[in-house]
Amino acid sequence: MTAILTDHSAGLVGEPGNRDGFGRLLRAEWTKFRTVRGWMIGLIVAAILTVGLAWLTAAGSTIGCSNGSGTVQLTGRACLPPVPIGPGGEAVNDSFYFVRQSLTGNGSITVAVTSFTGRHIAGNGVGRVHAVGTGQGGLVSGTGPWSKAGIIIKQSTKPGSAYAAMMVTGSHGVRMQYDYVSDIAGLPGRPSSPAPRWLRLVREGDTIAGYDSADGIHWARVGTATLAGLSRVVQVGLFATSPQDFRVQSSFGGQSVQGGPSLATGVFDHVRLSGAVNGTWTGGNVGSSPSAGPPDLGSGFHASAGTFAVSGSGDIGPIVPGPGGGWYPTAAIEQNLAGAFIGLIAILVVAAMFFTAEYRRGLIRITLAASPRRGQVLAAKAIVAGLVTFAVGLVAVIVSIAVGVRQMRSQGLYVLPVSALTEARVIVGTAAMLGVMAVFAVALGAVLRRSAITITVAIVAIVLPFLFAALNIFPYDVTNWLLRVTPAAGFAIEQSIPHYSQVNSLYQPANGSYPLPPLAGFAVLCAWTAAALMLALILLRRRDA
Amino acid sequence: MDASIEVTGLRKRFGPALALDGMSFTVRPGRVTGFVGPNGAGKSTTMRVILGLDAPDEGTALVGGRPYASLRRPMRSLGSLLDAGALQPSRSARNHLLWLAHSQGLGKQRVNEVITQAGLESVAKRRAGGFSLGMRQRLGIAAAMLADPAAIMLDEPFNGMDPEGIVWMRGFLRSLAAQGRAVLVSSHLMSELQDTADQLIVVGRGKVIADTTVAELLATASGSRVTVRTKAVTDAAQVLERAGATVDVRTPDLLAASGLASEHVVTALRAAEVPFSEVAAHRATLEQAYLELTKDSVEFRPAALENSAATEVTR
Repeated sequence: MTAILTDHSAGLVGEPGNRDGFGRLLRAEWTKFRTVRGWMIGLIVAAILTVGLAWLTAAGSTIGCSNGSGTVQLTGRACLPPVPIGPGGEAVNDSFYFVRQSLTGNGSITVAVTSFTGRHIAGNGVGRVHAVGTGQGGLVSGTGPWSKAGIIIKQSTKPGSAYAAMMVTGSHGVRMQYDYVSDIAGLPGRPSSPAPRWLRLVREGDTIAGYDSADGIHWARVGTATLAGLSRVVQVGLFATSPQDFRVQSSFGGQSVQGGPSLATGVFDHVRLSGAVNGTWTGGNVGSSPSAGPPDLGSGFHASAGTFAVSGSGDIGPIVPGPGGGWYPTAAIEQNLAGAFIGLIAILVVAAMFFTAEYRRGLIRITLAASPRRGQVLAAKAIVAGLVTFAVGLVAVIVSIAVGVRQMRSQGLYVLPVSALTEARVIVGTAAMLGVMAVFAVALGAVLRRSAITITVAIVAIVLPFLFAALNIFPYDVTNWLLRVTPAAGFAIEQSIPHYSQVNSLYQPANGSYPLPPLAGFAVLCAWTAAALMLALILLRRRDA
Repeated sequence: MDASIEVTGLRKRFGPALALDGMSFTVRPGRVTGFVGPNGAGKSTTMRVILGLDAPDEGTALVGGRPYASLRRPMRSLGSLLDAGALQPSRSARNHLLWLAHSQGLGKQRVNEVITQAGLESVAKRRAGGFSLGMRQRLGIAAAMLADPAAIMLDEPFNGMDPEGIVWMRGFLRSLAAQGRAVLVSSHLMSELQDTADQLIVVGRGKVIADTTVAELLATASGSRVTVRTKAVTDAAQVLERAGATVDVRTPDLLAASGLASEHVVTALRAAEVPFSEVAAHRATLEQAYLELTKDSVEFRPAALENSAATEVTR
């Protein structure tokens, strides 16, 4: 046998200093990672699980509907509803009863709301409520929290067009709302005959200012809306609308949702218009069609001696996932990412093993003898595991969303549109979330040193809270708390449709809604990961290898 | 580059057990230094401290005059093999060497060189988990040699090697020393080092018992003696005692002298013109010398040696 001898005078390949210390270390750790076939397979399995589950969930049922006249049964893509799109590009509900005149150029409208009442279906209808019957029989009185009636200036009667409105609401006082997503609070309380709520909208060019008053004398400006490109001729008038009413019973082990359509009625007095109006009131439903939209519980208007009673059903606002979403079966893009959390289990196992396997075999001594700077070893392992997971995650997420969205549409599910920026944030953010979670598992591995314990802790910290939330195992508050304080808060980065406080819905993870905003949730995950890395660094430096 | 390894006053306690108790020695370039002692004497702990893996409670360990952990390309200064089993079993031998090479800024070409030199070409692409202990030792040696180190440190490299491998290992260690490298090799069996080591560091209970050359160790061993067969036993005894030996007259024509090398015995007898028919040197084996040195340091002595009862020692 030949002895392993080299001539000392002969330089070695790659010498010296052509690569700085940390770059060498990163390369070494990447070589380590890619040369264990099981780990590469684990990541590929994670990607396949992610995409596969997206495909499977979406491949579930097909939506059925009937055509406009109710004579032909349709399924799938043919049932895609004509969902209005707001000026900001979001899907909106825009259905209400509108008593209007046209206004050319600048002008204003002033009213006193003297009464606000409503009716809703009592207790029937469970789960999805868009198919609930509309018989007048079961109605009881009461308004929903976001039932509304008031005055509105709107580009046109076309659903989704720009608007600004002042309104009274069931539980949230006077509001100024415009262009579906903006909401400003005015006077508190509900109107009554002795204490009406005075509302005023003033149009000047593209700008509409909203005012409220308790006496019709002293006015306060609530807000100003700038509706870019508002046409010269707009519709101005009175409206009433009332969204789906629902109640949630939540307990350990699950929840039930009950609800149905509702109706709101506002009574208006002292109606004054100024500006070039056509002088004739016209009443009609905006945004209702027989095949889609709110069932008619008795909308309409009644005018006598300058007093108008306007009743309407529906909502003016963004569509959100969940029971407050409206009358269409909708889905958010991130509903295709349910598989990412199954894939995550494989990712956590691989990332944990990336560190713990070295302890199991004593390989850590060779690693630390080759690179005595332990902090750099930890950093290199974290970066390699994080970046590899990010790259694999990115591909899996892009494919999942592409495949899942196609699938959803072919079933007749309406996929809520989001801006390119939001979609990019969901995709890149989810991949980054998976990467950071892998780093978290690496750091845990350095702290705990044993595979089984590390994997268990990582799954308990990340996967379990999400699973509890997704399956509604705990009551709403417990779930929300879990998703605020555990590393699973990071899943918030997936949320594409924001939480709108002016839309009453069930904002919970099962509906794709998280208690923290996307970046805040991601920051919670990053904070946990940073803490785990710090602990790992301290222990790695202090402990004998 | 200074190839020496210097260990000064290392102390380390693992819980109640004192693993190192003032361990001090120097490993010089150009020779093979044997590091021997019974199991538990602190050899492996010392090696881990040298590599910066374990932190000593007291004392320092320097490689080429610097702490190992401060070296930028540490495997250039000191190649080491502590545990041949420290491998990711599913990674191939070649890839094991490849990541190590990358960590030192080296490339594939150097990996191929050490694979060839260690005779691992035929198995380089196989999972290292399937290797025999002897193959793992070779892979470990290849890893230690990867960055062409000035010094090399091997913990029990003979373990698991077949006779051919042991012969190879001896030649290999000698050739490394001949190239001017410092070579530190630990073993718990003196026989493995007998014809290989120039210098011996004998340790027991965490400290150095003897730091000596092989020849010196043999000379001091109490078992060494020279027997002289002569008709003039009395004269011979007088001469040798004067020359400094301890003499034991065994028969009318045979005496045994200890404390004097055989050539000195012959010279002394010739100078005094005492006739003799035979001078025989009875060398203690290195093993005997070692056992004598370490008999107080063996941590776990089989009970059967002290008692007739064949029970295990329980503490």
